[in-house]
Amino acid sequence: MPGPDGMAVVLFDSVQAAIQAEHAARAEGIAAKLIPVPRHLSTDCGMALRIPRSEELQVRALLERLGIAYRAVRAL
Amino acid sequence: MIYLDNAASGWPKPPEILEAMAHFMREVGANPGRSGHRLAVEAARIVYGTREALATLLGISDPLRIVFGANATEALNLALIGLLRRGDHVITSSMEHNSVVRPLRALLRRGVELSVVHCTPQGLLNPREIEAVIRPNTRLIALIHASNVIGTLLPIAEVGRIARRYGLLFLVDAAQTAGAVPIDVEADAIDLLAFTGHKALMGPQGTGGLYIGPRVALDELEPILRGGTGSHSESEEQPGFLPDRYESGTLNGVGLAGLGAGVRYLLEAGVQRVREHELGLTRRLLDGLARIPRVIVYGTKKAEQQVATVSFNVEGMEPSEVGLRLDEEHSILCRVGLHCSPGAHRTIGTFPEGTVRWSLGYLNTVAEVDAALAALASLVESTPE
Repeated sequence: MPGPDGMAVVLFDSVQAAIQAEHAARAEGIAAKLIPVPRHLSTDCGMALRIPRSEELQVRALLERLGIAYRAVRAL
Repeated sequence: MIYLDNAASGWPKPPEILEAMAHFMREVGANPGRSGHRLAVEAARIVYGTREALATLLGISDPLRIVFGANATEALNLALIGLLRRGDHVITSSMEHNSVVRPLRALLRRGVELSVVHCTPQGLLNPREIEAVIRPNTRLIALIHASNVIGTLLPIAEVGRIARRYGLLFLVDAAQTAGAVPIDVEADAIDLLAFTGHKALMGPQGTGGLYIGPRVALDELEPILRGGTGSHSESEEQPGFLPDRYESGTLNGVGLAGLGAGVRYLLEAGVQRVREHELGLTRRLLDGLARIPRVIVYGTKKAEQQVATVSFNVEGMEPSEVGLRLDEEHSILCRVGLHCSPGAHRTIGTFPEGTVRWSLGYLNTVAEVDAALAALASLVESTPE
């Protein structure tokens, strides 16, 4: 379900993969931003990539095309 | 002062490297890969930028296949000790540095089998001799890319093709070549590439790493260190993915900031241009040394077959005496002795006395080479045979 602000987060195993994804997404003009993983989504201490919910499909396709592994996409 | 010890540590560094490190210390400083605040994110971005620059330089398609550590020695230990098990056979050359030889000696005591292929006294390796010692249990070929003693380049692309043909993994020690000679891990069929940051890559000491190619099964490459990675913190087991599986503990963020600046400096200059400059210096050095009486030069004496590292001796003088007098009387800094490579010195016939080694870098100049040659000529002339 879309969150109130229409944002989603992409969760990654590796912080360096999150950085790689941010870099790739921004190069495609997607307003992606790294944030700490929200507590309700994970107990992890890592980072997540916040993206507009409307860009989820585009981001998923981009990550798959570049072979960047991600764990899940969750609504904020 | 003339610094001719770049094979031990590259110096001086271009100002961009110092600026990147000062920026990290002053403005960033946080832990790359821990926390999620802006400075931690910025630190992680800087580390990723270094990975990306190295990937571009070395022909690596996925930057996350580079894992960082303190130096090439650590990377070589990870590759050798992480991969080889009792009953495995490994092939190496007689020109290797102790960073390969000593882990292999320790592995021999754990039941790993070893074949050492002998190089010529000029340091040349015949790839067919590698092929001739392959056994059914051969797992890995481990080769130095260029000798740290005499600079001779080994034929890694040919050996890489042999490794692929027999389904073996191929580990290259690029401590002396990454940044000085074009390297393409895919074209050269390299599965594991160990590099150091502080030599030709222009970075600071305390940086280095290992490229881990897609033919290496991660569950067969055991980490040497285990610990905090900033990922999967709920689990007490080491993560299985790259780069975290092999990067436990806080990375050398400031060092990697400097290394990234060093690699970007090289990408801008172009490694081919670096190579051409060093070839010119090496030719001039070899020509000049050949004209000084009583100087014996080791290696192929052909610049195009080596990196900018030249070993020599002066008849009637100990290497240590030559080195001390070059430093004290002429302010020329170089390294004498065995250069952590007793096997290489045995191969070229200079064990145990060693050699005088002059190792040049991209920032050395023709004028420095000429001045060093003139100093050596006057030193030889003033010393009775």
